[in-house]
Amino acid sequence: MVHFTAEEKSTILSLWGKVNVEEAGGEALGRLLVVYPWTQRFFDSFGNLSSASAIMGNPKVKAHGKKVLTSFGEAVKNMDNLKPAFAKLSELHCDKLHVDPENFKLLGNVMVIILATHFGKEFTPDVQAAWQKLVSGVATALAHKYH
Amino acid sequence: MSLTKTERAIIVSMWGKISTQADAIGTETLERLFLSHPQTKTYFPHFDLHAGSAQLRAHGSKVVAAVGDAVKSIDNIAGALARLSELHAYILRVDPVNFKLLSHCLLVTVAARFPADFTAEAHAAWDKFLSIVSSVLTEKYR
Repeated sequence: MVHFTAEEKSTILSLWGKVNVEEAGGEALGRLLVVYPWTQRFFDSFGNLSSASAIMGNPKVKAHGKKVLTSFGEAVKNMDNLKPAFAKLSELHCDKLHVDPENFKLLGNVMVIILATHFGKEFTPDVQAAWQKLVSGVATALAHKYH
Repeated sequence: MSLTKTERAIIVSMWGKISTQADAIGTETLERLFLSHPQTKTYFPHFDLHAGSAQLRAHGSKVVAAVGDAVKSIDNIAGALARLSELHAYILRVDPVNFKLLSHCLLVTVAARFPADFTAEAHAAWDKFLSIVSSVLTEKYR
C-alpha cells in the first residue's frame, strides 16, 4: 500500500489546486493517443484520430479526457486509501472495458509530463517524485480488482 | 521501429535548444531519476548523489552528450552508440527496465524547460527516439 508523507500530500494538493482539469484531461488523453498510438484501440468510436492535430482537437477526446482526469481527482482526495476508492472503477476497467493495466502506467507518465509543461520550474524533482508515487498508486489501485 | 523524416527534423531542431543547457539538463534528469525511482541508485553506490554533487553533474553531462551523439548520427544510431552498447551489455549491465525510467525523466526535464516546443508531436518523436536509443543500448545484452 502506498504511503504518502504529509509533505508529499501537501505538494500534490497544492499543485492539483492549480490544474485546469478540463484542459489538462483533454491534453493527457490526447498525448496518450499520439505518443502511444496503439492505445487508440480503445477508441474506435471517437472519429478522426488520423494525426496529432486531429487527435488533440478531437472533441470526444477532450470530453473523455476531462472525465478521466476528474476521476483522477478522487485519487488526490483519497491518497490514503486508493485501492478502495478505485475498486469500482477497477472492476469496470477489467470486466467491461478490458483495458490492459499497462495503459494506466502510460497515462500516468503522460500526466506527469503535462504537469511539467504547465508548471515548468515549479515542477521540481521533489514535486515530480510525489506525483510519480501518486500515479503509480492509482495505476496499482485500478489494476487491483483484475481477475 | 524507425524515425520518419518529420520526426528526425523535430528531434534535430529541439536538440539545438537542448544542447544550450545540456549539462544542467543532464544533472536534472538524474536528480529526477534518483528521487522518483530510488531503486536506480543501486547502480551508483560509488557516487555521491546529493544535489549539486560533482559526480552527478559529470555523469549527467556524459548521458546527455551520448544522446547528442545519437542525434548527430540520427540516421545511424546503432553505429554512433556501438561502443556504449557494448559497455552496457558487458560491463554496466543496467537492467533494461531502467532505460524507460531514465528516458521518462529526460522528457520531463525537457518538457519543464521547453514547454512551448514540447508539443504532442515533439513528445511522440522524442519518446520514440529515446526508445530506439534504449534498444540500441540493450541490443547486445544476450
